[in-house]
Amino acid sequence: MKLRALLLGLAALIVASFWSLDLQWVVFFSAAALASMGRFVAEFWPPDASPVFLARLLPAAWETLAMSALGTLLAAGLGLLIALPAASAGLGRGAGRSLLNALRSIPELVWAALLIILAGLGPFAGTLALAVHTAGVLGRLFADALENAPPLAAATLRQQGAGAVQVFAYATLPTVLPQLLSYTLYRWENNIRAAAVLGVVGAGGLGQLLAFHMGLFHMNKTASVLLAMLLLVALVDGLSVWMRRALTR
Amino acid sequence: MSDPRLHDPAWLRRLFWALAALLLCWPLLQATEFRPASLVDAQALRVSGGFLASFVPPRSDAEFLRQLAQDSWRTVAMATAGLTLGFVIALPLALGAVASLSISALSGRMGRGAALLRQLVRAVAIVLRSVPELVWALVFVRVVGLGPTAGVLAIALTYGGMLGKVYADILESGDATPAQALLRQGAGRLQAFFYALLPAQAAELASYTVYRWECAIRSSVVLGFVGAGGLGQAMDSSMKMFNGGEVVSMLLVFMLLVALADRLSRWLREALS
Repeated sequence: MKLRALLLGLAALIVASFWSLDLQWVVFFSAAALASMGRFVAEFWPPDASPVFLARLLPAAWETLAMSALGTLLAAGLGLLIALPAASAGLGRGAGRSLLNALRSIPELVWAALLIILAGLGPFAGTLALAVHTAGVLGRLFADALENAPPLAAATLRQQGAGAVQVFAYATLPTVLPQLLSYTLYRWENNIRAAAVLGVVGAGGLGQLLAFHMGLFHMNKTASVLLAMLLLVALVDGLSVWMRRALTR
Repeated sequence: MSDPRLHDPAWLRRLFWALAALLLCWPLLQATEFRPASLVDAQALRVSGGFLASFVPPRSDAEFLRQLAQDSWRTVAMATAGLTLGFVIALPLALGAVASLSISALSGRMGRGAALLRQLVRAVAIVLRSVPELVWALVFVRVVGLGPTAGVLAIALTYGGMLGKVYADILESGDATPAQALLRQGAGRLQAFFYALLPAQAAELASYTVYRWECAIRSSVVLGFVGAGGLGQAMDSSMKMFNGGEVVSMLLVFMLLVALADRLSRWLREALS
């Protein structure tokens, strides 16, 4: 009974969505559009690998990599800072958790568009955007990890008369550190994907190059940028998996 | 530091690693043009101060709210339609990739052709998934023009690949014996899927799909920034006009939308399990 109501609601949502959007399938599947699509895809080949273009592609790829790494690093610091009150029992818990939720619920690209107004065009705004959104994600994971940390070591130090800072630095943090690092590395994999496209709104890196060349229909250059993005993502995935394996060993 | 109880035996190592980390970060700071001071110089403060000051009060007149409600619905509709099409793409991909439905694998190893085909289908799913939806949208905007069609297609392709790969993984993670028993009795692959694999994994498949729907709403807002319409596009144009009051209303509505989707998806997942 409940299931049937659920399915009915789902069907209604789907029908309403398609009906209200006025999607142009006729245009999309028309011979003209399909032909232009085919031409468009065919123009991607061959990717531009001229030294002149590579001299612009490589710095952009490095910029994207740096944005993702620094953004994740800052996020880990900021996330931990907010996770501390969010994992406590006091008044800070509610405030910390809602702050983390707010940071997390706004996507990186929207943060980037906002921060560009404050920090100007370029990779700095993109890095901050990654840091702010990821701080929300990591902060929540960190807070949960801190709450679930085995309390024995902390309790022992506290009984010996250690202060709150000492207990955190020498008992709680060391117990959860491997988990926090592994979360951070996992988010780095996510952030390299995000960093690659942030440039579309003007926040630097490969995305900016992509938007520029696609806008001018330089399809061979666009193809090179896309390839660079895929390679960069694969590189970071590999690095992160390797580092996580090293962590657990 | 004369009291030995207060002496940290590892301080030298800690100091070394802290310095090494700083040294490693230096090129990163350079590459990202990391200059926090630029946030607070006089000119930047004037611009951002004016923008931030215009956040209060959030715009809330009836006409604007009506437009906002319409944009929010378009965002949700784009996510829903995109995910539905993605599901349509994912289902054949998953069916093609699942190894437990192989008939040749019943007697020893899977046939070479069958194994190759499954690898190929999996590769298609992975390629679809690894191109970001924003890039798909940029491509489709060139072909079909601005509007929700490009956004729906972009979500459909990315999420189709994503769902297809994860569906196949979920289906393979379960017990393959019931499906193989049916196949041995002469049942077709579809019959084995519907009567053996699907019933065992339906809850997990549905719960993953619902979770992805929530993600699709976020994607749908982002796609608005490249011209796919909805809340994202409205945000983009308000930001370009430095209209803080409108931006803050939209952000609030969007956060509400995400929270609602999150609540709904959690409730659905609990109902399913």
